[in-house]
Amino acid sequence: MKKYSAFSLIKESFNNHFGWEKAWKKNNLKKKYKVVIVGAGGHGLATAYYLGKNFGIRDVAVIEKGWLGGGNTGRNTTIIRSNYLQEESAAIYEKSRSLYEKLSQELNYNVMFSPRGVMMLCQTEHELRAMKRTYYANRLFGVDTEMVSPARMKEMIPIININGPRFPILGGLWQPRGGTARHDAVAWGYARAISNWGVDIIENCEVIGVNKNQNKINSVETTKGTINCEKMCFVVAGSSSILAELCGFRLPVESVALQALVSEPIKPVMHCVVMANTVHGYMSQSDKGEMVIGGGADGYNNYTQRGSFQHIEETVRALIETFPFISRLRQLRQWGGIVDMTGDRSPIISKTPIENIYVNCGWGTGGFKAIPGSGWATAELIANGEPGELAAPFSLERFKEGRMIDESVAAAVAH
Amino acid sequence: MLKFICPICEIETDETELIPGGEAHLKRVGPGSSDQNFYAYLFERKNPRGIHFERWLHSYGCGKWFHVARCTKTMEVFGTYSAQEIKPPKKILDAIKKKLPNGKNVK
Repeated sequence: MKKYSAFSLIKESFNNHFGWEKAWKKNNLKKKYKVVIVGAGGHGLATAYYLGKNFGIRDVAVIEKGWLGGGNTGRNTTIIRSNYLQEESAAIYEKSRSLYEKLSQELNYNVMFSPRGVMMLCQTEHELRAMKRTYYANRLFGVDTEMVSPARMKEMIPIININGPRFPILGGLWQPRGGTARHDAVAWGYARAISNWGVDIIENCEVIGVNKNQNKINSVETTKGTINCEKMCFVVAGSSSILAELCGFRLPVESVALQALVSEPIKPVMHCVVMANTVHGYMSQSDKGEMVIGGGADGYNNYTQRGSFQHIEETVRALIETFPFISRLRQLRQWGGIVDMTGDRSPIISKTPIENIYVNCGWGTGGFKAIPGSGWATAELIANGEPGELAAPFSLERFKEGRMIDESVAAAVAH
Repeated sequence: MLKFICPICEIETDETELIPGGEAHLKRVGPGSSDQNFYAYLFERKNPRGIHFERWLHSYGCGKWFHVARCTKTMEVFGTYSAQEIKPPKKILDAIKKKLPNGKNVK
């Protein structure tokens, strides 16, 4: 693998940039692997990366029904933060955020991590109280956040309307180390790193069945042939229920559509990410100048990657009250992704009823921020067969035991 | 936008006046059931990519619950029926069968 650097850039420019090699190889499927990871999105690729890096397991295939990073990895609003209420969540999201900080250097691939800060608005008395609680929880756990007053918020974000009338700004929870990253680059960077180790990334390869022997699988049937494997892990977000059904069990997740949109590009107006949880909307400005807007998920089961019009309308209507100037912006694009929601809005990184199948799913509306941490924890689970400290609280058993990691109240819609 | 005929009002309603209520025809388990069954009742949904029988509330209308047969992959609606039906009526099953003769869910 050629190292990307200023020198290689200069060198290749003499060659009209025809000398660059492909970032990752398109290999053919082998008959046998130690580990098969289903799903070449951010979480799947990160899992393969940390399997190789932390445990030296590189006899791995990452198989993907569509194309690399073509699901929710390419469809999110790229927000990275870790100001969660529950200790278990804060641990994995903070691990993830801290891994993001050095990811570009580590992968030698610019993921454009931009710690521009994340502001969560408090627009009702209850929300102000809840955010203060989160702030205290964050302090106890060592996650760097602070409460800011409306006056300071207006200074930081001049385009904001703090007076309401309906939802005045009463304060905000500010995480200065949160921010955004380039979502595609995260997938591409991981893919390049693992491909360099000889991990096979196989696209257009759908799982159509598994061959079980009692409570173990010994091979996976795909549209490109049978793969023998010692362990399999599926990391397929919205399609988790379908794969679980193929394997013969069910998961406590439901698939719904989540939408986002971007405006036409404008000059820089807002340097940070703003999340308005009460009114279900969040917004940041991309490096290209587009206002990136996300909102609430639909309430019904859906696999179409399209959402409901009224949810977009609700989101925009709410944001216009807080940011009146966006009423004159035109919408450039709108898209939807299928997210797998759990009852407590926390993910599942777990062993399954089948001995050598592991699952990473349930990230719902907030998986992007968790990619490195999730990969780290899942790799640990696959390599050792038992979850480490990060993954242990997120087992499937927690639903049976009533040991919820309740972020649905704490994080509400805006994840 | 999803559009259903509310079986009570007998008018066409759209998504904005309805509230989704999730999978229909769940069998409630109560005290005395095993932990596994109770867990399954509470959390394990079919979540199919294909035909889904589900409950909807006509919130900004008659205020009543009703059932819908819908495909989650194509968004095609196969009909609505009363919330009092404990399983999908034959008419709706026939409509689904006509569309998917081999009885399999769409992929």
